Amino acid sequence: MHSQFNRSIEFVLMASLKKAIKISQKHLLGIQDLSISDINTILNEAKNFISLNKSKNKKIDILRGKTQINLFFEPSTRTQSSFELAGKRLGADVMSMNITNSAIKKGETLIDTAMTLNAMHPDIIVIRHQDSGACNLLSQKVNCAVLNAGDGRREHPTQALLDALTIIDRKNTIQGLRIAICGDILHSRVARSNIYLLNMLGAEVNIVAPSNLMPKDIEKLGVNKFTNMKKGLKDCDIVMMLRLQNERMSTSFLSSNREYYEYYGLTPDKLNHAKEDALIMHPGPMNRGIEIDTKLADDINKSVIKEQVELGVAVRMACLKLFCE
Amino acid sequence: MKKQYFLNAHIIDPKNLIDEIGGLIIDENGKIEAVGKKVNKNNIPSREKYIDLKSKYLFPGIVDMRVFVGEPGYEYKENFRTLSNAALSGGVTSAVTMPNTSPVIDNVSIVDFLKRRGRDKSKINIYPTASLTKNLEGKNMTEFGLLQNKGIIGFTDGIKTIQNTRLMSRIMRSAFDVGSLVMQHAEDYELAENGTVNDGIISTKLGLQGITDLAEKIIIDRDLSLLEDFNCRYHISQISSAKSIELINKRKNEVDFTTGVSINNLSLNENDIGDFRTFLKLSPPLRTENDRVELIKGINKNLIDVIVSDHKPEDEESKRLTFTQAATGASGIETLLPLSLELFHNGSVKLSKIIELLTSNPAKILKINKGNLSIGNDADFCIVDIYKPWIVKKEKLISKSKNTSIENKKLQGKVLNTFIKGVELFKI
Repeated sequence: MHSQFNRSIEFVLMASLKKAIKISQKHLLGIQDLSISDINTILNEAKNFISLNKSKNKKIDILRGKTQINLFFEPSTRTQSSFELAGKRLGADVMSMNITNSAIKKGETLIDTAMTLNAMHPDIIVIRHQDSGACNLLSQKVNCAVLNAGDGRREHPTQALLDALTIIDRKNTIQGLRIAICGDILHSRVARSNIYLLNMLGAEVNIVAPSNLMPKDIEKLGVNKFTNMKKGLKDCDIVMMLRLQNERMSTSFLSSNREYYEYYGLTPDKLNHAKEDALIMHPGPMNRGIEIDTKLADDINKSVIKEQVELGVAVRMACLKLFCE
Repeated sequence: MKKQYFLNAHIIDPKNLIDEIGGLIIDENGKIEAVGKKVNKNNIPSREKYIDLKSKYLFPGIVDMRVFVGEPGYEYKENFRTLSNAALSGGVTSAVTMPNTSPVIDNVSIVDFLKRRGRDKSKINIYPTASLTKNLEGKNMTEFGLLQNKGIIGFTDGIKTIQNTRLMSRIMRSAFDVGSLVMQHAEDYELAENGTVNDGIISTKLGLQGITDLAEKIIIDRDLSLLEDFNCRYHISQISSAKSIELINKRKNEVDFTTGVSINNLSLNENDIGDFRTFLKLSPPLRTENDRVELIKGINKNLIDVIVSDHKPEDEESKRLTFTQAATGASGIETLLPLSLELFHNGSVKLSKIIELLTSNPAKILKINKGNLSIGNDADFCIVDIYKPWIVKKEKLISKSKNTSIENKKLQGKVLNTFIKGVELFKI
């Protein structure tokens, strides 16, 4: 265990010394902005951190003296804690703003909040916001790097990157895989980021959703569109389930949860149409019994949901490190 | 006032079918005395001074049918004085103002105030509209007859749409009785709910709620069906999509109505929104390039009657927000003509057609004697160098609000002088 830790430390330090490794973008706003080389850089960097996160001493100090501000306008468990942990493990000073107690509740605009925070000279701001494009707006107004932890329905780049890392960890590659993304595509930033990323890395992407939850012209993003789940899962290597975002649905999109489960919930019966060794993924939080059968979600032979969370920390460490430089 | 002589202008006056090199004589009262090719150096008194326009263009003053002014209530966005100056710099001499003010223009007493302010502070001709329903609530209609007697030119809820079909049918009947003009902003609220951009690949990519083109089509279809039975003067304020053009094409010969389009929808498409540019958050939204092209074809097929600026001044604070939170609309009265000229320069629409949609057609719909150079009329006109290149810079805009949809756009064509009643009120 100890030697493994040392090895990983060495690895990380070596990588950090290689100043040539750079990302083409100043901010991480979306997968759309990244090049394949950027993505490979992030994923390779993240691989270095996986073993560190499993070791006894999880802390290194490559971000010592750096300030990271987490600005979460939407409730979040895994992403916020994952970013917080990632920053702390790299030695950064991490501050998580509690929006409910802040001036934003008093009517301060996003730009004014950004200006205020900017005056405190942070090195990195991690933002989640309910409005698409909020991180873009923020990035125009601050001097430091901005990492998008999810904006509206638009993008959630670190989720897509951790999904890719999870897939690569199990399947060695993404090139040539057939991957189904199923469920509430309309409201999902995870789906959009994954579509861009998986396409770039050479996967064939199937989108499965009821028509009411299918974004207009989605096929123009280079995916296959299915309203029949069994057809959409046929011969898939990966089945990525999405959470039904009831909080974003003001009017009737679906007749009932039980009908949704019947047609679009992942059940053993439907999963049979995918490849035998197909893996199940879910960005969480899950609605058990609505989009996914509860036993399947916990099936350690098929489900990599816990692994996604674990690798999420490594991916965020990689992003913090690379975008802080 | 002395008599004025302008010679060697390229005069376009669609109402009088003038499209020729000629001159213009303005009498001592600021009225047009003579116009056209017969006015030249040989038939004016030799002692009189004249201005040689050297083939520059001379158009009737533009009549802009859709203008938002901040008075009363939002003077910090635009008042009558700033609006006038902006309008004059773009050759606009008459503006139809929307009732979406605070308070709303929905009763007789506020009209007196408005007329007074318009008269005292405005240099251009202001034609105020009143709302169709009290406080724009879409429930009870306003007093069309009484308001009209006070000088209200037409009725519209401006940025809002009458959703209730029964109410709309009653509005049409009442408008028919007193001969009022009804102008509808066509958008089905349920279909467009929370929408900010066109529903399509751009809304999918940007992660924004889309507004389907059906939201527009369904209201137009409904209103035209009602119009078959309750035939009032009816104008669709703005259309934005190929679907609406198709529908209008089908119904044009069956029912009497007129149609407007914003210059924004003729010049820009949804791709211009780029990285969440809030100045391009418009209503109706910018749609696809195909929609834009079909709108231009619609103009050439006489399916669209007027081009408007849809001038909607918004202060910086209302736009420095996320796309979802930002206010809708763009300032545009001073760039209406230059941007319209782009359609001529790129070969989309004939120049005389563009001028018709900016002058005589809106005047005809409004039943006002403006937008033409008929003898005896007020000499409202502008002199334009249609080839002069310039770049739109928001800090150089005259309007109080700088929310232009075409920042940094290269345009060709600039207004050199604008006259109202024979008085030069703008000079470049």
